[in-house]
Formats: sequence, C-alpha cells, structure tokens
Amino acid sequence: MSATTTAGVPPAGAAAPGQAAERKQARREVLRLLVRRPGFIIGNVVIGFWVFCAIFQLAPYDAFNDFDLGHLPPSPEHLFGTDRLGRDVLSRIIVGAREVFIVAPLAAIFGVVAGTLLGLIMGFYRGLVDDIISRIVEAFLSLPVILVALLTLVVLGSSTLVVILVVGILFTPIVARTVRSAVLAERQLDYVTAARLRGESGPFIMVREIFPNILPPIIVEMTVRFGYAIFTVATLSFLGVGIQPPSPDWGLQVSEEYSNMIGGVWWPTLFPALAIATTVIAINLIADALAAATSE
Amino acid sequence: MTTTLDPAPVTPPPAAPAALRVEDLSLAYLVRGIPRPVLRGVSFEIKPGESYGLVGESGCGKSTTAYAAVRYLPRNARITGGRILVAGEDITAMSADQVRKFRMHHASMVYQDPGGALNPTTKVGPQVVEAFTILGQGKEEAHESALASFKRVQIADPARVFDRYPYQLSGGMQQRVVIAMALASDPQLLVLDEPTTGLDATVEATILDLVRQLQAEMNAAVLLIAHNLGVVRTMCDRVGVMYAGKIVEEGEARRVFDAPQHPYTVGLLQSLPRRGVRKSDRALATIPGTLPQIGTYLPTCVFVDRCPLATELCRTEEPPVVQLPDGQWTRCHHRERIPELLAAIHDDGTESVTGATNLTLTKVSKTFRQGGHAVPALVGIELDLHDGETLGLVGESGSGKSTLAKTILGIEGPDVGGSITLDQHQLGALSADRPSEDKRSIQMVFQNPDSALNRGWSVRQILGRSVRKLTGLKGTAADDRVDRLANDLRLTQRHLDLKPRQLSGGLKQRVAIARAFAGDPRIVVADEPTSALDVSVQAAILNVLSDLQSESKTSYLLISHDMGVIRYLADRIAVMYLGRIMEVGESETVFAGPNHPYTEALLSAVPSVDGEERVRIRLEGDIPSPANPPSGCVFHTRCHRFIENLCEVTEPPLIEVEPGHMMKCHIPLEELRQLQARDAAEGAVLTSIVGGVGEDPSRPASPSA
Repeated sequence: MSATTTAGVPPAGAAAPGQAAERKQARREVLRLLVRRPGFIIGNVVIGFWVFCAIFQLAPYDAFNDFDLGHLPPSPEHLFGTDRLGRDVLSRIIVGAREVFIVAPLAAIFGVVAGTLLGLIMGFYRGLVDDIISRIVEAFLSLPVILVALLTLVVLGSSTLVVILVVGILFTPIVARTVRSAVLAERQLDYVTAARLRGESGPFIMVREIFPNILPPIIVEMTVRFGYAIFTVATLSFLGVGIQPPSPDWGLQVSEEYSNMIGGVWWPTLFPALAIATTVIAINLIADALAAATSE
Repeated sequence: MTTTLDPAPVTPPPAAPAALRVEDLSLAYLVRGIPRPVLRGVSFEIKPGESYGLVGESGCGKSTTAYAAVRYLPRNARITGGRILVAGEDITAMSADQVRKFRMHHASMVYQDPGGALNPTTKVGPQVVEAFTILGQGKEEAHESALASFKRVQIADPARVFDRYPYQLSGGMQQRVVIAMALASDPQLLVLDEPTTGLDATVEATILDLVRQLQAEMNAAVLLIAHNLGVVRTMCDRVGVMYAGKIVEEGEARRVFDAPQHPYTVGLLQSLPRRGVRKSDRALATIPGTLPQIGTYLPTCVFVDRCPLATELCRTEEPPVVQLPDGQWTRCHHRERIPELLAAIHDDGTESVTGATNLTLTKVSKTFRQGGHAVPALVGIELDLHDGETLGLVGESGSGKSTLAKTILGIEGPDVGGSITLDQHQLGALSADRPSEDKRSIQMVFQNPDSALNRGWSVRQILGRSVRKLTGLKGTAADDRVDRLANDLRLTQRHLDLKPRQLSGGLKQRVAIARAFAGDPRIVVADEPTSALDVSVQAAILNVLSDLQSESKTSYLLISHDMGVIRYLADRIAVMYLGRIMEVGESETVFAGPNHPYTEALLSAVPSVDGEERVRIRLEGDIPSPANPPSGCVFHTRCHRFIENLCEVTEPPLIEVEPGHMMKCHIPLEELRQLQARDAAEGAVLTSIVGGVGEDPSRPASPSA
C-alpha cells in the first residue's frame, strides 16, 4: 500500500537539500517492491542463466563437429543424450542460446517498435490517418503469414538479418492494433486536453504524455512477441528458409527432431523445447512483476 | 471493544422488532491475509416505516455497513463480531441459501448507478418481470405485476417504457425502473446507496419525493447512504454520523444537523457552504488531516487526530456514550465544549473586486452534426466576464454549460458568425489557432483530477512543464516559479516528487489548480472542481480558489451543480437551458429572486441541509432534445408559469429587467415577484402546466397542483 499523504500539511519553505534523496528513495522503493516478488527473482535467475550460456558458451562438447553415436539416450556422458547426428544435445542448447538471444529479441523489438509507432499515430490522429493505416494493416493481416514470409525470404535470400526483419514486419500490424486501442482510451483523459490547452504539439503529447502510460501493455506485448518470435523463426527454419543448419538454434533443433518422437527418441525435442519454455515463462514473470511494481 | 461502554444505545425496548437492528457489528477486510478492521462496533436500529441515514466522508465505512445489512460483502470481508437482525432474524448466522431467500423476500437494494444496475442488452420490462417470476408468479401474472409496479413508481406510460432498453431511458427513468424492481418483493428493508448521486438536482428531487411516498405506503424501513447532507436531511428521520468505522453521533435528523454534539459532525456541517454564506463573509471551515488508513489501531476516540478539542484524556480513554434528549447521543469526552467550536472565529472572507471587462461573447453558437442532423448545443450566447469576478454557470446536464466552457477554451470551435474577444481582440476558434499569450490567458481546472493529471509524471514535472510552456521561463527561474506555485497551494517539496496516485483527492485537485495558474491566467474555467471531493476537502479547495482570486484578480467561469458552491463563490450567475441563457444577474439578486421560472425550479430542487420549508417546484421529465427544441420559449414544456398562446408561440428576448439582471421570460419582473411571493407564502407545490414533446416517453400532462 503506497502512503497517501495528507492535506493541510504546513507549507515547507526551503527543503531543496532533501530533494535528491527523496527521488533516490522513490527509486529504491520500486526496487524493494520488485525484489519482494518471487516471480521477478526466478525470472531473472533463469534469463541470467541463459544469457550466461549465450555469452560464455561453456559447453562440455563441441556443438558442431563432435559426433558420437546418433540418438544416444541421456546418460552421465551425455546428460541430455545426443541428436540424430550424434551431437551432444546439452552442448547444442548451451551454444544455441546465443542464436536465440540474438534473433528472437531483435525481431520482437523491431516488431514492437514499428507497431508502437504506427499504433500511436493511428490512435492519436484518428480520422483519415487512422482509416488509411487501419485498412493497410487489415489487408496485411489478411495475408497468410507464412506464405508472405516464405516469398520474401526466397526472393531476398535467407540470412539472419532478413529473418529478423521479416518476423519483425509480420508482428508490426498485430502490435499496432493493440497499441492503437490503448492510445484511444488514453487520449480521452483530461490531461491530454490540458496539454493541448497549453499548446503542446501532437508528437509531444504522443511520445511524452501518452506513451509512458501505455508502456505496461507494450511491455507485455513485447514478451509475448519474444515467445512468438522463437516459434516463428523455428517454423521458418522448418520450412527451410529460416535459420539454416547446422545452427544450434533451439527452434531449429525441435523442428529437426520432433518427427523422431514417435520412435521414442524424445530427448532431442524435449530439452530444446524446455529451454524455449523456460525462457518465455521467465520473461513473462519479469514483465508481470515490473507492471505490478510500477503501478502499485 | 469494551462492551461496558458500548451497549447499543437505543431507545427503550422496542414493542415490535426493529426492521433492521445492527448490534455491535465489527467487520474486517483481509488484505494479504491480514485482517484490517473497517467497522468497529457499529450499533443502530431502524423501525418499520422509519428512514435512517448514514453520513460521513468516503472511506468511513458507511457503504460497508449498508452492504453488510443485506449480507452482500466482498469475498475478503469477515464479520468479526456482533449481529445483524432483520425483522428479528440474525442474518450473520444464515447459510448462503437462507441469505438468498432472505434477500428475495425481506430486503432490497438500490444502487448509485442505475445504468449499471440494469442489463443493457435486455428491455427493462422483462427485467422487472423477472423480479416477479423469481417470487413464484406465473408469466401473465408477473407481466401484470411489472406494469403495476411501473405505475407505482409513477412512470406515466408503463406500456411504452416496458419495451425500452435501458440506454433509451434517462437516468431518472432508469432509477425509477430499478426502484420498481427493488420493491417487487414488498421488502421490509430498503437500502439506498447514493441513489441520486449521478442525477441532476431537478431529477433528484422527484426521485426523493417518490421514495418518501412509497416508503409511507409500504411502511418499509429505509437505510440511506448519501454524501449529500441535504439529501439526508430531507429524507431521513434519524441519522448516524460515521467516522473510521464507528458511529460517533446519532439522533433525529433535525437535531443532529441543527445542534450537532460531536466535533466531527460540527466539522462536516461547518465545511459546507450553507445558509447563503459567501466568500466575502468568511472562509469555510475545514477538517484538517484525513481519515485514518483502514486497519489503523484506534483504541480510544477514533476522531482524536483531527479533533480541535482533543486533550490527553481523549488519547488515553475511550469516550463514553453521552445520552441527550430525544434519543440523541454522542461519543465525546468534551461535549460541553462543542459551543466553542460553533462560535469559533473563521478566517476572514475575501472581497472580490470586479474590474474591467476582459472576455466578451457575442452571438456565440455551436452546432454539432449528428447523422446528418444539426444539433444546436449553443444558441446565440451573449455574455461577458470581468477581471477578478466569478461567473457561476448553472443548468441541468444537457443545458450546454460544458459546451460553452469548451468553446471559450477553444476545445470546440464556435459556429461562424459569433465572436469571442479577449481584451478587445478576437480569439481564434480553436486553441491551436491561438497565440501562446492567449493560451496562457485562459486555462482550465477539470472535474476529475485523476483524469486531469498525467499519472506517469511527478507533480514537479506536471507543474514545471506548464510553467515552461506557458511563461517561457527556463532553468532556475522556472523552478522558482514551480516552488512558488506549490507554496501558494500549500503543497510541500515532498509532494512535488510524488506521482498523482500517491496524493489524496484534495491534493490532486490542488496540483490541477496550480497547473491552471502556472502562467498567471486571466480566466480560469473550473468545471465542477469539487464534485469528486468530500465536503471537508471541498471547503479547502473553495478557500484556495477564492484566496488565489483575491490575490491574482483572475476571473473564474465556475460550472457546478451545487448551488451552495455557486452561491459561495460566484459574483454573478448565468442560468442555461437548452443552449440558451435564460437569466444572468448578480449572485445576490438571483438567489433573492424574483427569478426566471427555470431558475426558480432549480433552486427549489436543491435539498437543503438546513431543512427550510419553501415552495416545491418539480420539473417533470427531462430536458428536451436540442435537435428538436420546443417552439416559442424553449422552457415552456416544463414551465409551471406557462401562459397559453404566448409562450409556445413567441420566444422571449433576453432583456434587462433591472440593472445588471437579464431574463428571458414573457412574464414581467413585478408580476414574477408577486407570483413567487404568493407561492412562497402558500408553500405551494408546482409542476409543469403543459404536456411535453421532448424525448422522454413518460412526461405526464398533469396540471399544477
């Protein structure tokens, strides 16, 4: 419960020295609220672990060129077993973290940034601007996603950069619609009128006044998109146009191995899938804690 | 709770069981598993046919008490002690199924927002029919009962209202439907939670009349929760004053309001602008501090932290219940010192000095387009405003007050042909077209500070941005100005670094006012600046507004539905109806009368906390649609002084009937004076003379009584 200060406090003349300390205290308060949430701690530990893997790549085996027998089940030697070519699954997951933590966040960030910009403009200006952009966005949404992505990747050629751009662009209209509705609700509030009455420009009101208040749904959207980005990249890889083998990308591993599950070989699919799940859940935990702590 | 001190201090053993008897009720809300006490031993009883009001600031526990009376409590509420007896049965001990049956037959509730209480996707008729079928009536029978209940709540055309969706009905009509539903079971107990809060005073008056009449017919007990003390005074036989989950004073309404015996009651009543008090007479009294947070440990007197009479005794010992004549009682150690409070000298008032004309509106009209139809919201407004004066703008909702304010501010552009001039130069139609000097000159204070302050910004950012943008000051000069503004509004440095949500309602509104004053405005438009606040906080805000005005000579355009607030602050008053100004004059002149019949009706509708008897004028139905205004004088359909073959034919001009007093009525001033004096002497009850044409399906064509 935040402290509600009371009316009728005698006016304080000069209290400037205490000011900086007050602000520091406010920041510390938010941090204290965050640390008290177990979700925030767990989320950070998990993400910290994967980021550590992505940076230091401390794998027991070489993820690319160390071939044992194919499809060995988990054992003390290969904790997570080996894949169809006999590469250590654990090592590939650890090394693959780098791929995942580069491609998916970049694609999600691209989609969210572009979508937020569009959504702000649509929601804020409404009228003709909104109508035109909305129709384009709807047309875009009506196209079969995978087909568009496939065509683009085939035409432009498949590189990591192109995958990031294509996935980001696919996400843009979805994010734009979410942001637009948040902006529409926000611009009804009187503080927007107050800003106009003191002569603020449209972009200022959009970016400085409205944007901070719609940040929580955007952060949530970001985490959701991060999860989807991992899957979309995996799908594209599965179709042969995404991340290319022999990359240890988690999604790619799942798509390469899932057909073997019928034969009882579950480990090369399950462990990369678990890696994806833990990452997505961890990010969601962090986002929830952030949203709750900043709005408390 | 010491039971020796707290026996339910009620009148001698009741002959019949009370309709509602609450005995030493304690209730806590679980917050993160920790019980936080909200009610601390509440005791009172209501006899059949009696109405009992609970008053107090928001957060004092009055709504919790009301909901407890029908055992409709949130999941985290725990009754930690005491009993609630309805017609002799203890409802705290009932099973869920028993509670359902009890609610079905014995108690009903009417909520604050009738729009939310009705299902928007179903016609109102079937909704009321359902209330009867639940009671076991057959389909046909229930249908008949529903129509009969519509008649009972004085809906003139039940068959037509029956087939309407809630959104097609006005707020007053919706509330009638809700009441009809609540009365389906002929309850012994009717709980009304702020039943008229969202309604216009004119509609409120008719709903209150209706409730009173029905209550007398049914001999039901009524528990009324209202923040408007005037409503409680007119409606209730007895009242309980609640503070921090405890009733601190109880007694007959006239006793409690005319001779309060608890410092809190005194504080509440003194913070109201009443008995025609004006800013030039005195500043309003305020109750310093705020309610304790819920769950605070309050072993002794609950009011001790805010009480001007508090002594060491009050902090160490719980005050006894002091019995007084006529069943009144109070919990106070220092009752004998109450007269000190009543006689306390308040700060001097502020004299407003009216200067030269600054704002002039000439033939300002505003027409909205709605589905190809022209909807005139403002029609030929002529008005001016002087330096340092407050112009009060009154009228029912839909009368065009807010549109007029928005047009002056440049949020809406007026129609071509009219002009708004500030200091003899033409203002741009829209705020964006106006030079920054003009933007700085006209600023606004909004009704709801939660919406008006950016919740992502600190108070310092909010004020700083306005100062920089409006005055062009930079760096330390701007910071100094922010500090000065904060100081003027009694905000401390600590407040400056907080976000709006960390401030109380009163402080938020101070920030909003400070922002409006950031650029030394010539004119501040205040749209219901205190209607979201408690009376004690309202008093502080009104004082701040009048202090600021006397220092800065700023003009106010004050919109309010509260006549007490208007009377306190306004130097002149403009009365609006259907986008037209019906009357303008000095505040004293308008309140003294004679008035335009519409103003007369508005003034008569206000429930007074002083309980004065006067003429009762009831405006039937709603304000007609501006898209299709009545012919002649637009008010003729609801006017109680309608003259046939004149009013519906010719529209009267707005003419000066005496110096500084303009009126738009066919009846000459002297004749109005005589008519109004006669009616006042007779204590007449007046309603409209002709049947109306407006939107509302139910306007009865009843002649005046």
